[in-house]
Amino acid sequence: MNALVRVTGLTRIFDVSKPFLNRVIERLPKALLTAVSDVSFEIPERQVYALVGESGSGKSTIGKMVVGLLRPSDGVVEIEGVDLASETDPAKIEKVRSDIQMIFQDPFASLNPRWKVRDIIAEPVAARGGDTKGLAEKLLEQVGLSAEDAGKFPHEFSGGQRQRICIARALASEPRLIVCDEPTSALDVSVQAQVLNLMSDLKDEFGLTYLFISHDLTVVQHMADTIGVLYLGRLVEEAAPDDLFDDPKHPYSQMLLAAAPKMDGFGREVDPPKGEIPDPINPPPGCAFHPRCPIAVDRCKRERPELRKLRGARVACHRAE
Amino acid sequence: MSDTVLSVRDLVVEIPTRHAVLRPVDKVSYDIRKGEILGVVGESGAGKSMTGNAVIGLLDRPARITGGEIHLNGQRIDNLSTSQMRRVRGKEIGMVFQDPLTSLNPLIPIGDQLSETMLEHLDITRTEARERAVAALEEVGIPAARERIDSYPHEFSGGMRQRVVIALALCAEPSLVIADEPTTALDVSVQAQIIALLKRLCRERGTAVMLVTHDMGVIAEAADRVAVMYAGRLAELGPVRQVLTAPRHPYTDGLMGSTPLASKGQARLRQIPGAMPRLGSLPPGCAFHPRCPKVQDKCREDPGPTLDTCDGRAACWFPILTEATA
Repeated sequence: MNALVRVTGLTRIFDVSKPFLNRVIERLPKALLTAVSDVSFEIPERQVYALVGESGSGKSTIGKMVVGLLRPSDGVVEIEGVDLASETDPAKIEKVRSDIQMIFQDPFASLNPRWKVRDIIAEPVAARGGDTKGLAEKLLEQVGLSAEDAGKFPHEFSGGQRQRICIARALASEPRLIVCDEPTSALDVSVQAQVLNLMSDLKDEFGLTYLFISHDLTVVQHMADTIGVLYLGRLVEEAAPDDLFDDPKHPYSQMLLAAAPKMDGFGREVDPPKGEIPDPINPPPGCAFHPRCPIAVDRCKRERPELRKLRGARVACHRAE
Repeated sequence: MSDTVLSVRDLVVEIPTRHAVLRPVDKVSYDIRKGEILGVVGESGAGKSMTGNAVIGLLDRPARITGGEIHLNGQRIDNLSTSQMRRVRGKEIGMVFQDPLTSLNPLIPIGDQLSETMLEHLDITRTEARERAVAALEEVGIPAARERIDSYPHEFSGGMRQRVVIALALCAEPSLVIADEPTTALDVSVQAQIIALLKRLCRERGTAVMLVTHDMGVIAEAADRVAVMYAGRLAELGPVRQVLTAPRHPYTDGLMGSTPLASKGQARLRQIPGAMPRLGSLPPGCAFHPRCPKVQDKCREDPGPTLDTCDGRAACWFPILTEATA
């Protein structure tokens, strides 16, 4: 299959040092936070690739680098074979950029309160000088709102309706790839179901490709074709949803799945996971998960495991079998 | 019953506004027994938190209790004065809020915050209070509690802070704890730790817990009974297994169906059409009728059904009765 997005060796390091003068006076070293470390994956066209992980695992940072909001410290993001960070042909850059859109988590913060819905939705097209006549009305009906809503302001809508407006805006420039960063985390369950159904319908209708970022395993299981599990900025496992949920191979995936609340887990006594995510400024050597891992051996403390193929999945663990 | 810790009867909370009087909590009745965890679920605006705040006497003005009674261990507490209520709060009722950072004072070491609560409510000395604070922190699983007792809240991670808040809620040995979305701000693995901790402590001490959350999975694992709220009213109240596996109220049924877990293997999620009505424009009759798949004339006209007027479990004129439950 043809890969729409190809991410190779993606790394992002943030400088979180104190200001220069404090460093000199207090004799502190530079503090570097590795948010994303050597992540590689591909998204075939018309597929949903989901990234899951806990806070601080680097999922949003990857999303921002894929759309080009952040520059990678190392590694390459190629979309339709074009690397936005190094490409010099303006026509190509323009073409690829208009093929990418993003949906953010908080529908209250991502809509300008002083703009009418019509202007918000048409902006991605208007900014490139396109024809926006009737566009907003058409898109509003496609996402399940009515054409009259175009004249209203964002505050007149509920959270779920606002997220629909965000989706309409993302569709305006007829993109091929939409990066969805926790699109339903701020919504109630019944509204979440409406928005997820809408996103599935639109995917089929417009032939979209999604990079779906979420911390909610149940949502990801429902939406994704492939799931990538992140831990401390590293991709630890990549598998199809059924494989991952029935047969998790990495000990972190196993821990995460065991900890997730189950609807039929009445009075279930979970053995809660031990410890917390380590400090990303000083990550443990070797496999980042080894201090919490029940099956860690000496090798895990020294050597960082590479992603390797295992029964239809990819897993970064020395011990997984 | 003698082991009833909290008893709420026909509780009504009203907010007077310029246009109308809103009722975020409308005739809600429930009991919580000793050592029991009652889960309260519902979507935003359903009145879950407002019910909890009414019990603990922390309603923000202009919201106020205008009807019903709240009894704690047989004593009526909804009509206590502010100073009397202060003695109940903390001593008899502990509270765990959603965001652990905002419920701790950032300028005071955690040990002092714990001993302050104990000195206020228990007859002990400063030294004893400090010893008890160390013990309380050890009990909630904070490593090296004796060294960390003088640390400030910002020196702890989110999960550790929520443990401190739980220690704070339990340190005066209250008979009731109200946990308002205690794990919503936390990651899955930390959430499992906190829920396990809350369950263990309450079982050991026989503390009654009112667990307010919107996460059905948390309810399924932690609660003994569950109350489902919709638009300020109780839609369904019953043992957790029955309510979740064989819901009788169409709203509970829709809510359960719309979680991705319940629709496993299906291309589309089941969805409830529409959204919860605003408090200012509640429909007449049953508040759920505009979205209900089984709506009939009686639902539109008659006054809203309550648990008492219906079958005692679901506030619905036409509850879903499967063969197993009928």
